[in-house]
Amino acid sequence: MTEFTLWDILRNLLLATRWTIVLSLVSFVGGGLVGLLLLFLRISAHKAVRIFARCYIELFQGTPLLMQLFIAFFGLGLLGVDVPAWLAAGLALILWTAAFLAEIWRGCVEAIAKGQWEASASLGMGRLQQMRYVILPQAMKIAVPPTVGFSVQVVKGTALTSIIGFVELSKAGTVVTNATFQPFTVYGLVALIYFALCWPLSRSSQMLERKLNVAHRNH
Amino acid sequence: MSLIEITEVRKSFGSTEVLKGINLDVQPGEVIAIIGKSGSGKSTLLRCINGLEMISGGSISVAGAQLLDDQLHLKTLRLKVGMIFQQFNLFPHLTVGGNVILSQTVVKKTAKPAAEAMARRMLDRVGLGHKFDAYPDELSGGQQQRVAIARALAMEPIALLCDEITSALDPELVAEVLAVVRELAAEGMTLLMVTHEMKFARDVCSRVVFMHQGRVHEIGPPDAVFSNPQTPELKQFLGVH
Repeated sequence: MTEFTLWDILRNLLLATRWTIVLSLVSFVGGGLVGLLLLFLRISAHKAVRIFARCYIELFQGTPLLMQLFIAFFGLGLLGVDVPAWLAAGLALILWTAAFLAEIWRGCVEAIAKGQWEASASLGMGRLQQMRYVILPQAMKIAVPPTVGFSVQVVKGTALTSIIGFVELSKAGTVVTNATFQPFTVYGLVALIYFALCWPLSRSSQMLERKLNVAHRNH
Repeated sequence: MSLIEITEVRKSFGSTEVLKGINLDVQPGEVIAIIGKSGSGKSTLLRCINGLEMISGGSISVAGAQLLDDQLHLKTLRLKVGMIFQQFNLFPHLTVGGNVILSQTVVKKTAKPAAEAMARRMLDRVGLGHKFDAYPDELSGGQQQRVAIARALAMEPIALLCDEITSALDPELVAEVLAVVRELAAEGMTLLMVTHEMKFARDVCSRVVFMHQGRVHEIGPPDAVFSNPQTPELKQFLGVH
């Protein structure tokens, strides 16, 4: 029987970590773009558009990410669309991230004083101009800490994609355990790697919160 | 022809009728003070004139621009009337100069250098040219309000709406803001101001409107309104018996 050293285990896990990182980045960036679009729909002047965005957000926030992954993977498969695991994983995570980011950002936009909307409207600005030049620059400041904080959820969310067969850190953990029969060591290392990814994110979220609070102390 | 024509304007919030048929015509260069108890509808009337509140009935037009509920009409109207608020509402993320430049470049598509020159002229006019690069939170309330006036003036409106612009200021800062308004009035700017500064209204205004329960209760030149109030409500409001 082959003996596995700790380094063998760690090396294989680290190689799989690359995919966790790539998937996290894709979900976060893609989710951010879709989320921005959703934000505009969510606060649109048209009621039907607002309701559509709200339904989307409620749907994705009100169902488990796991179910969304299953539907993206198996559901589309049933319709005859052959979806590879990476595509289903990426798609589901992007849509899921977008729903949460849109709602976080909506809160930030609504935190901006009503007088800012009124003053910019009185100067003749249209809605998009108000958003772009007056509201978003201020909302972004408050949005940074919770957004960075949410990225931790995205990183941890990628672990679920192991169930549909995408080989990232968690899936690699299972594979390595099956070969080595050392579940405690392997999953212990997996947990440490996740922690090493997430902790800097949550720390920077806290630091940003403190820093940005100082920056707009008077508003 | 009147510059601002307010005809049979009604406004309800839910089932509460706040404006119950207001008629008011303002001539070019007139300075109108709107006084009355809180809840009399004076601020709502002002906010209806530039479409911050939509009217439920009647019509408003400013220099031929009708108040209608669509972006194009609203923009046309708002380019004709500027508004200044009790809470200043400067953009905190921009410098004083940036505040005055922004809407010129964004709304009127004025080139940056021209907008900046205009901003400097307007800031000089309110005595704050030297604060061009400061941020709003570095200024006193009185200075912030003067920047807000410069910001509105930079859009070259034909009339200005002032919504209790000195009410949020410390007493010692009120004078500097009123001095700017007084100058504007002397230069012929059409002004509609909701105010509690009775002495100022008396000195500067051409007409005073007393509002009570959503109606224009009494209207006239300041001397008549203040020295010879006709209705018991106005007498009570002014504290004369």
